[in-house]
Amino acid sequence: MTMTIMFAVLFYFAAGLFAVGLIYRITSYARIPAPLKIPTTPAPRTRFGVVMLMAREVFLFQSLFKASLWTWLFSAMFHAGLALVLLRHIRYFVNPVWAWVEFIQPFGIYAGFLMVAGLLGLWARRVLVDRVRYISTPSDHLMLALLIGIGVSGLIMKFITHTDIVAIKSFFMGLMSFSINPLPTDAMIYTHLSLIALLLIIFPFSKLLHAPGLFFSPSRNQVENSRDIRHISPWAAKLESGK
Amino acid sequence: MAIEIKAPPYRVFNIAPAIKPGAMENSKTFLANDKIQAGLGFPGQEVEDWHDRAIGKMGELLGKYRSLKVYMDACVHCGACSDKCHYFLGTGDPKNMPVARQDLMRSVYRRYFTLPGKIFPKLVGARDLTRDVLNEWYNYFHQCSECRRCSVFCPYGIDTAEITMAAREILDAAGYGQKYSNEIIGKVHVIGNNLGLPKAALIDTLEGLEEDVKEDTGLDIRFPLDVKGAEVLLITPSADFFAEPHIDSLIGYGKVFHSAGISWTLSSMASEAGNFGIFIGNYEQMRKVALRIRQAALELGVKRIVVGECGHAWRVAYSFWNTLIGVGDGANDPYAIELQKQLDHRYKQPMHICELTWDLAERKIITFDKEANDKHIITFHDSCNVARGSGMGDMYGGQFEIPRNIVKAVANHFHEMPDGTTHEQTFCCGGGGGLLTDDLLDIRVKGSLPRMEALQHVVDAHGVNFMACICAICKSQFTKVLPYYGFDRRLIGGVHQLVSNAIKLGDK
Repeated sequence: MTMTIMFAVLFYFAAGLFAVGLIYRITSYARIPAPLKIPTTPAPRTRFGVVMLMAREVFLFQSLFKASLWTWLFSAMFHAGLALVLLRHIRYFVNPVWAWVEFIQPFGIYAGFLMVAGLLGLWARRVLVDRVRYISTPSDHLMLALLIGIGVSGLIMKFITHTDIVAIKSFFMGLMSFSINPLPTDAMIYTHLSLIALLLIIFPFSKLLHAPGLFFSPSRNQVENSRDIRHISPWAAKLESGK
Repeated sequence: MAIEIKAPPYRVFNIAPAIKPGAMENSKTFLANDKIQAGLGFPGQEVEDWHDRAIGKMGELLGKYRSLKVYMDACVHCGACSDKCHYFLGTGDPKNMPVARQDLMRSVYRRYFTLPGKIFPKLVGARDLTRDVLNEWYNYFHQCSECRRCSVFCPYGIDTAEITMAAREILDAAGYGQKYSNEIIGKVHVIGNNLGLPKAALIDTLEGLEEDVKEDTGLDIRFPLDVKGAEVLLITPSADFFAEPHIDSLIGYGKVFHSAGISWTLSSMASEAGNFGIFIGNYEQMRKVALRIRQAALELGVKRIVVGECGHAWRVAYSFWNTLIGVGDGANDPYAIELQKQLDHRYKQPMHICELTWDLAERKIITFDKEANDKHIITFHDSCNVARGSGMGDMYGGQFEIPRNIVKAVANHFHEMPDGTTHEQTFCCGGGGGLLTDDLLDIRVKGSLPRMEALQHVVDAHGVNFMACICAICKSQFTKVLPYYGFDRRLIGGVHQLVSNAIKLGDK
């Protein structure tokens, strides 16, 4: 029961920090002005065009595809795998489980392998390509280790050790209604959950901010209409009164 | 320092070189002296509190530019940009990889502005801002031409140009200004153009030009200065007034206006399209330089503002003028309204000279004798600021199509350089962004390697003997570096130089 309470506290803390940290980041990005029109051109001339561009960046990694096929491939494997795995995990948080979540369960399992394979590919690039090795910091390697740890511990529970997933679901359903149900005593689930909590905690302080950052990147999210509509930031407008 | 400057050999395979740490660490452009700095309101070289000024400026910029803040946070070190910079490809110095150049600043950002960097600096690659770090910034942020090629490939659109601009602004605030850029900006404030040509010299030059063109064509083609009530105010880089091959394009503009019967004028007050304020990333300087143009337009009462062949000037004009000085549509603040009333909004404001020429050509108001350019086998070099920082016409990618349309309309022989080296993936000439100075010749020669390789390809395949472009910096840079690669310096020229050769003038 001590472990259950510790994990309950840990998850409230991690989820809270994740949410508050991310909201703080996003509001600060939104508040800082972009004083000049700097889309990387040619850029869409309409808001709708920008939405489509952003969709291609978010779902297809269009720019990365132009840059490096290997990085794109591993990155797509990891992100697509992770997305499916996350969707699959919805079943631990809703009751009854939605039909489409039920439907993707078998795919989600294999997505776990895809995700880990993609991460190993990215790590291999980081070690083997001299340019990428040069720019890598210890935190870049640790981030990959963390994500691989999460993926591998999950896969081990699925395929080797197995765990009491009914109890785990009851633990998380309990957390969501502020009651504490016992977590199974299982080293692998402790590992899996600790690493996830760590990921949630470091998210708002790390390069994982690339996820919200993309939506605020002026070179991607601005419409190319500088000659037609005047774009001026509040601090720049103040300069006008001088002349 | 007296190293012999040589062009690097062409790459055998079209792949990134192995990294050579420290290869360019001694490349250092001359520092601005205290007088130059003072002219722009910047502190001189020996400021005691340089550290606090730099960090203070960085904090200020992080609050003023969303780009800087997001770009500092978002990078994941994926390496997508690592083999995209022409300076890296030409030197192999890993700090010329866009991501590593950004990291010179990101490491300091993390140390002073993020929690992990304050607690675990080693873990996240954070470091204190020391004199050595500042020197490193100075050297490597002056090995970036702000060409934005990296931003095309970054999955988050991180634009190293934005970071270089911020770095230079921080360096200026700490007394580390660059002589070349800051001296030029000072000249514009005092005299009105980058070259420091006073009005009398300008009159002289233009009169001489009219005589030369008369000798050549037998026609009175005018190059008017300060003519009130002219239809068009032409803002062109001051290099067009005397440098080769720039002046041939100026003659081309004159012939287009003459042939189309459009009244036009140059301005002695705004005798410069270039705006080096963008290079040093300083909004106020950029605005102050641009304001001369608004003032000239108001005083001369012109209906249209047209910009000559200049890459970064067109980026500033197309993307920033509406913001900075209200040249464009949709300004409703009192300061731009007077100008809005005066300008003719049937035309795009501002307009590129290529947009003007192509429009006239499409409407058959001007016509060409293509055979006049038959001695030229032509390729087109997309200048980075036009390609990735601006647009033309109403269509997506007009900045690529319109100049090419003109070239194809005035000449018979045209060949593209290989894919991946043109359009939005064009390679910089190697001399943009405030690097067009002899004290940076080494990096300029090396940085032009990828463009020279692409050029060599069409020279070998098609016998190309003329590379057209629409940028004064490209023209000057190539004139200088082409011989290092065994090419004739006259291989570079302007689009309107070709227009000038082919335009039919006689029966007008």
